[in-house]
Amino acid sequence: MFQGRDIACDRGERRIFSGLDFQVSPGQALVLRGPNGCGKTTLLRTAATLLKAAAGKLTWNGADIAEDPEEHRARLHFIGHQDAVKGALTVRENIAVWAKVRGATEDRIEAAMSAFDIAHLTDTPAQYLSAGQHRRTALARLVASPAALWLLDEPTVSLDADGTACLQRAIAAHRADKGMVMAATHIELGLDDVEILQLKLQ
Amino acid sequence: MRAFQAIIARDLLLAVRQGGATFLALVFFLLTVTLFPLGIGPEPAILARVAPGVLWVAALLAAMLSLDRLFQADFEDGSLEQLTLSGLPVSLIVLAKIITHWLTTGLPLLLAAPVLAVLLNMNSEGFTALLLTMLIGTPALSLIGAIGAALTLTVRRGGVLLSLLVLPLYIPVLIFGVSAIDAAVHGLNAKPHLLLLAALTMAAIPLCPWAAAAAVKLSLE
Amino acid sequence: MSMHYFANPARFTRLAARIQPWAGGLAAILLLVGLYLALVVVPADYQQGDTVRIMFVHVPSAWMAMFCYSFLAVASAVGLIWKHPLADLAAKASAPIGAGFTFLALVTGSLWGKPMWGAWWVWDARLTSVLILFFLYLGYMALWQAIEDSQKAGKAAAVLALVGAVNVPIIKFSVDWWNTLHQPASVLRMDGPAIHPTMLWPLLIMALAFKAYFVALLLARMRMELNLRRIRALRLAERTS
Repeated sequence: MFQGRDIACDRGERRIFSGLDFQVSPGQALVLRGPNGCGKTTLLRTAATLLKAAAGKLTWNGADIAEDPEEHRARLHFIGHQDAVKGALTVRENIAVWAKVRGATEDRIEAAMSAFDIAHLTDTPAQYLSAGQHRRTALARLVASPAALWLLDEPTVSLDADGTACLQRAIAAHRADKGMVMAATHIELGLDDVEILQLKLQ
Repeated sequence: MRAFQAIIARDLLLAVRQGGATFLALVFFLLTVTLFPLGIGPEPAILARVAPGVLWVAALLAAMLSLDRLFQADFEDGSLEQLTLSGLPVSLIVLAKIITHWLTTGLPLLLAAPVLAVLLNMNSEGFTALLLTMLIGTPALSLIGAIGAALTLTVRRGGVLLSLLVLPLYIPVLIFGVSAIDAAVHGLNAKPHLLLLAALTMAAIPLCPWAAAAAVKLSLE
Repeated sequence: MSMHYFANPARFTRLAARIQPWAGGLAAILLLVGLYLALVVVPADYQQGDTVRIMFVHVPSAWMAMFCYSFLAVASAVGLIWKHPLADLAAKASAPIGAGFTFLALVTGSLWGKPMWGAWWVWDARLTSVLILFFLYLGYMALWQAIEDSQKAGKAAAVLALVGAVNVPIIKFSVDWWNTLHQPASVLRMDGPAIHPTMLWPLLIMALAFKAYFVALLLARMRMELNLRRIRALRLAERTS
């Protein structure tokens, strides 16, 4: 179980939110809602240990994450605003590179590409992809290497209806497999049985 | 360890695909060295006298100018944050990138240096020392440079600032590198100079990735 | 007393406001006494004549150049390790002062070099080291300037200051090494042909005067920086409310 207790975050010299509690259990999805600037991205980046919380504690099954941030990073996927897709590499290479960097084998890459319906683009250099295909290549990382916790920051940006459906199926499969999801999104992801965390502007 | 190798393999693949960067560093090296005979005259004795210094200064500048691709492209497209989330300590990730930087910049410069030494009429006694100083010294250029490259990540058009931060720190490498070749050229013992240069590089191997990692983490906040 | 006792900006400002005039006054008195001794009382050197008097500004400046960098590095370490909120401020405030002393050391060294060596600039080991130190200061200040977020800038500059502090002795050693290879020892060296006791007193008084001046200026700069931050915070609050 991934838990945050009494979390406070600063951006620059300004406090974005404070006293925030949340928790995600295996199989659960937590959707972050709220207006622009309320700290959805900040919270997700804090959960990924890219940012340090100004106060509060993050725990994984009761253990403090700050004690071994590397271990926490190894069990999460973070999809941010940037795709981390290299134009000089093909779609397959882009996915394979990240799977290998995360210590996974290559046997799930084909599955990852068909999950996001980009199998026909295997050998296309990423610089020729449309924005939606680019995004799908980034999302395929989720499937290519296993990770218990998915942190998704506006994952549907530039996806069409079909791409969003692919993402829904991937998330459902991940949850069925006891995976956890934290997602910030403006549109309805169409997931069943989600918890909502409403953030307010301070 | 597998992840460490995977990062090096990835960066090498990217360097090969995107090409050009190594070639540009070499051309810059050649061009800078060519400027000196044109600037100070073609007198062989004078050129031979200044050759070790010219070669090292040019190599230093070539290495420095290629520092911006150490982290910048990965920072801009989100790859750097994905790398730090790989579960590997950030200092090791930085070390992997430093190794790739050396393989794609330091090593080619090392291989080109003897050819340029011939152009400058350098005394043949100094060739072994030239290769040795380059072999020992250019890794230090990549290591120290990584700190500057990491510190200027969030700075727009950080190139000039990068040189201001890095060049003063390169001075000991330059001094020990050139003095070793000078000693060899004059038939003196180059060993103390080489040992000092080696000590410098050895000290940089644990310290620089650590400092650069601190700067990388800062840029991602 | 805890580490964070003076972290409270209001408490610090009160204390600084009390110390600053004393430090300033002390600097002025010591400077007058030191200059009187250096320019009037001390006899001219039998070899160098009156030019030796430049030493009374040059040597303390060079000392201060090193002292300020050490101060900057220690303040940076305190800021990074203990996250003391005033440490970044102290480091930032001390850099231009240190750069000023370094520049003074370079200019006086050059002025002193002309009658001594017949050239405005000689690549003497000491002068060269001070010149490189000047570049380190410039890099540090430029990094502060270049990063907009002041908290990030503070941390990045602190990392740079510590890297610089590790490198200063290495650079110093390498420059000395380089100098012995390229220069015969016959040249008159700047760190003084055996300082005579009559010269030592004015030198120490000048050094103390520079230290007191540093304290006064540092406190003034830190107070100014704190006020600027308060103004910025107020503006931000006004805009977001």
